[in-house]
Amino acid sequence: MAEEFAQLLAAAVQRRFGENARVLDLKSLSGGASAETWAFDVQTLEARWPLILQRMAGAGQFQASLDRALQAEVQSAALRGGVPVAAVSFVLDDADRIGNGYAMARIEGETLGPRILKLDELAAARAGMTQQCGSILARIHQLDSRSLPPLPIRSARESLDALRNIYQRLEAELPVFELALQWLEDHLPAPVSATLVHGDFRLGNLIVGPEGIRAVLDWEMAHIGDPAEDLGWICVPSWRFGELKREVGGFGHLQDLLSSYESAGGLRVDSTRIKFWQVYGCLKWGLVCLFFAFQFLNGDVPVLERAVIGRRTSETELDLLRLMSTELN
Amino acid sequence: MPSNRPTSAELLDAVQKFLKAEILPALSGSSKYQVQVALTALGIVGREIASADQLDAAEAARLENLLHAGGSRAELNRLLCARIRERRATYRDAALIEHLRLTTMGKMSIDNPKYATYLQARESP
Repeated sequence: MAEEFAQLLAAAVQRRFGENARVLDLKSLSGGASAETWAFDVQTLEARWPLILQRMAGAGQFQASLDRALQAEVQSAALRGGVPVAAVSFVLDDADRIGNGYAMARIEGETLGPRILKLDELAAARAGMTQQCGSILARIHQLDSRSLPPLPIRSARESLDALRNIYQRLEAELPVFELALQWLEDHLPAPVSATLVHGDFRLGNLIVGPEGIRAVLDWEMAHIGDPAEDLGWICVPSWRFGELKREVGGFGHLQDLLSSYESAGGLRVDSTRIKFWQVYGCLKWGLVCLFFAFQFLNGDVPVLERAVIGRRTSETELDLLRLMSTELN
Repeated sequence: MPSNRPTSAELLDAVQKFLKAEILPALSGSSKYQVQVALTALGIVGREIASADQLDAAEAARLENLLHAGGSRAELNRLLCARIRERRATYRDAALIEHLRLTTMGKMSIDNPKYATYLQARESP
């Protein structure tokens, strides 16, 4: 299986880089739960390119994610717009016979959240990361829609309805999630002028080096919607990896994020709008946990890790209660 | 007790110790990670064996009080969900929030007692 893949990949590489091109150091990486990731170098007579290839996995997704070719287009548009991302090298097609995916430049650095928050050599990176996140998000949200491929449009209303549908399909009876759906209904923000939204901007999807953020990964949830969705998502408690008091990803404060966002041209966002997306994000991650348990239980993904993540649903219940009860004061 | 010794809790403890002492040190990479995930799962089971009965009974008693209704814990939770959907119960109801806080703290004491929000809530409820 792996050998057949290696041969087909070599052929795919030769088709693009010429018949002298060789694939070196092919390695499978334990990537995101919904992708299959490979690292390798392409060696030609002139140069050597370190690359990463991501393929779409077969199992069902929590939410419809972008086709890899479309994802590659968004990533390229972001690069042209000054967002730090890995340059796309090539997109797989049917002739390659190795699925739906694309190769991009391999950028060295740390991606694991807990390590980014702890490693001594990343202390300087952490100090500048909140400001960097603000200016990167401002840049993403200002990308000219004419430079983007056609993307799904999801308003706050549509996003909330989609979460409710997922919850109902999972046939769980969780009072805290019911209450969160009710809270979100009551705090639905007014429509805004829609922008590109990354959709999964948080530690885990950022490559960080000692000098700071090197690249924004995983554009598969990109869509057109409320830019505050990205600001709220990175403030979801689940993405703080234990550093609860630093509400931005476990490394920064919301006021600092917003001031750098605004100085980089992002529109002023009021805190109630961010709170909506924070509660939404918390419920969304809770439903992902529940969905993983479901995929395990119905045999779609018979992987122990999925079963155990199912028991992380209660973490989001506790976070949701905390977020909602600040209303009581 | 329908079974002979060792009890389920004792057997589980033995398996956990065996995996940690004999198996884990010999592994690396993905198989090491898989066994760590398995140990996480066994940890949940062990905590559940120790305290689930008591937590479930307390939750059921609170639900009966809150809803002025009887039934199994599952039935009462279904009833509570229906009331929330009908807006006969809301997030502004302090007694409801307090019940759910206690229930969720109970779940967390089994699922992941190291979670930061849980630790903080235990210090200052």
